[in-house]
Amino acid sequence: MMHWIILPVFLPAILAPLIAFVMRYDIVLARSASVAGTVMLLAIALGLTGVAADGTTHVYRLGDWPAPFGIVLVLDRLSALMVLLTAALALIVLIHAIATGWDARGRHFHALFQFQLMGICGAFLTGDIFNLFVFFEVLLIASYGLMIHSGGRERMRAGLQYVVMNLAGSTLFLFALGTLYASTGTLNIADLAARIPEIPAEEAALVRVAAILLMIVFAVKAALFPVQFWLPATYANAPAPVAALFAIMTKVGAYAILRVHTTAFGPGSPGTEDLASTWLFPAAIVTIAVGAFGVLGAKRLMPLIAFSVVGSMGTLLVAVAAFSPNATSAALYYMVHSTFAAACLFLIADLVITRRSADTLIPMPSTVQNGLFAALFFAAAIAMAGMPPLSGFLGKLLVLDALRAPGSMGWAWSAILVGSLLTIVGFARAGSVVFWKSTSVPGPLPVPDRITVEEEEQPMTANALQVAPTMMVIAILAVLAVFAGPVSAYLEQTSAQLFDRAGYIAAVLDTDEEG
Amino acid sequence: MEIIVASTIAVLTAGGVYLLLRLRTFPVILGLALLSYAVNVFLFASGRLAIDQSPILSRYGEATYTDPLPQALVLTAIVISFGMTAVLVMIGLGAYLEAESDKIDIAPDAEDTEKDAQA
Repeated sequence: MMHWIILPVFLPAILAPLIAFVMRYDIVLARSASVAGTVMLLAIALGLTGVAADGTTHVYRLGDWPAPFGIVLVLDRLSALMVLLTAALALIVLIHAIATGWDARGRHFHALFQFQLMGICGAFLTGDIFNLFVFFEVLLIASYGLMIHSGGRERMRAGLQYVVMNLAGSTLFLFALGTLYASTGTLNIADLAARIPEIPAEEAALVRVAAILLMIVFAVKAALFPVQFWLPATYANAPAPVAALFAIMTKVGAYAILRVHTTAFGPGSPGTEDLASTWLFPAAIVTIAVGAFGVLGAKRLMPLIAFSVVGSMGTLLVAVAAFSPNATSAALYYMVHSTFAAACLFLIADLVITRRSADTLIPMPSTVQNGLFAALFFAAAIAMAGMPPLSGFLGKLLVLDALRAPGSMGWAWSAILVGSLLTIVGFARAGSVVFWKSTSVPGPLPVPDRITVEEEEQPMTANALQVAPTMMVIAILAVLAVFAGPVSAYLEQTSAQLFDRAGYIAAVLDTDEEG
Repeated sequence: MEIIVASTIAVLTAGGVYLLLRLRTFPVILGLALLSYAVNVFLFASGRLAIDQSPILSRYGEATYTDPLPQALVLTAIVISFGMTAVLVMIGLGAYLEAESDKIDIAPDAEDTEKDAQA
C-alpha cells in the first residue's frame, strides 16, 4: 500500500492548524508556509499523476480495513488529474493573493486556504460516498470563510446566501445517502458499482430516487440549471482570488457526477442507467443559455465572468451527459481548460477593478497600464469564449465532435455555438467599454492647490509578481492548446479507465492484491 | 413504530422547508436545524428500525443485531450540522450587523436602489 495517496489530504490538514495557531500574527511566516505547502502539494500531485499514468487503480485503505467495511482512497488517472489541476490552480491563486495583498485584508486567509485544498483533494481521492460528503463539508466550511474574507456589506449578504444554499444542499446529500444505504446496504462506490447492476429495473425505485437526489446535490455544486442561481451572486461578491479558486469548486460537482453516475449508476445498471443522461442533458443545455444571456446582460465585470463560468459548466455537463468514453474525454479536456480560463478572468478582473473605482461596465478614466490589462483580458476572454488559438476553441471542438448522437446533436451543437457567439459578444462589449472607451474619458484633473505627494507616489502600477500569475495561466492555456494531441490521448485513456467498471471494482474490493 | 418515525420525519422536513423559504436569517437557521434533525432520524432509520438490539454482534446472545453503520453516519452528520449551524449563526449575525437587514435574498439591483436612495 502506497502512503503517498493520503498526502494531498494530510499535508494541508496538518499545515492549516499550524498556520492558524502558530503563525497567526506573522503574515510573512504564514505566507511562506502556505506557499511551501502548496508547492509541496503540487510536487506530490505530479508524483501521483506519474504513478497513476500506468493505468493501474491504486487503493489506499485507511486503517488497512478491507474495502467495503473501511474507508478507501482511490487513485486512478482521473483523480490524479483533478488533484494536479487543484494544486496548480491553488499555487497560482495563492501567489496572486499574496502579491496583491488580498491575504492580509482579513484574518486566517492561509489557514482557510489550506483547509479548502484539503477538502478538494479529499473529495477527488475518496472512494466512499459518505466520505465524499465529509470532504464536501470540509471544503464548504473553508469556502464560507474564504467567501466572506475581508468582509463588506454585499459580500456578507452574498456569503450568507451561499452558506444557506449549501447547507440545504448538504441536507439533501444526507437524505440521498440514507436512501442509497437503505436500498443497497453500502456506500462504497466500488461496492455500489458491483451491487446496483444486480438490481432489476422494476425493483430499482429507491435507487433511482437516490441517484436523482445525488445528482441534484452535485448539480448544486456544479451550478447546473435550475440550481445555478447561487453562483453569480457568490462569485461576483467573493474576493477575486477566492473566486478564481472557486473555479475548481464547480468542477468538484462535475467530477462527482462523472465518478458516481458513471461508475455506480452508469451504463450497465438496468435500473438507473437512463436517468442521469435524461435529466442532465436538457438541464445542461438550459445552463448554457443562462450563462450566455447572463454574460450578455451583466452590468458589472465580476457577474459577467461568473455567468461565463455558468455557461462553461453547461458546456462541460452537456459532454458529461452523453456518458460515453469519447464524450467524457472531451469533457475532461474542457474541464481542465475552463478551470484555468475562469481563474484567469477573475485574476485579471481583480487587477483591473482594484485600479478602477468600481467594476460597473461604464467608461471610466483609463487605468495605468491599460494596454497590458486589455491584452491580458483579451487573451483570457478568447480562451473562455472558445476562439482560436487558445485551448477553449479545441475544447469546444472536441465536445462538439463527441456529441454526434442523432437525438442530441441538434440541441447540443446549436446551444454551444449560439452560446459561444453570445459570450463573445458579451466579452467584446465588456472589453471595449472597460479598456477601449475608457481611453477617451478624461482623467480627473489634478487639483492645483493641494499637493498630495503621498498619493501621487502610488501610481498603482502592477508589478511583475502581480501580473505573473495571470500570465502563467495564459501560458498554461497556450500549452494546453499546443499539446492538445498528447493531452487528449492521455484523457482518452483516463475516461477509458473511468468506464472500466469491472477493473475499478476488482482493484478496490480485491483484498489480496497489493495496491 | 414505522408510521411514527415516518410522520416525524415528514413533519420535521415540512417545517424545515417552510422556515427555509421565509428567507430571513432567524427562521432559516431554525429551518436548517429542523431539516438536520429530520435527516438524522432518516439516516437512523435507513439501517432498519429495531428495538432492544445492540449494534454489535453478541458473542453469547442471539445472532440478531442492529446495523451499526447508520449510527456512525448519524454521529458524523450531527457533528457536522452542529458545526455548520454555529458558522451560519456567526455569518448571519455578521451579515445582519453589516447590512442592517436580516433578509437573505439580494435584490437584483441592490446597488442601484442604494444609489437612488443616496441621491
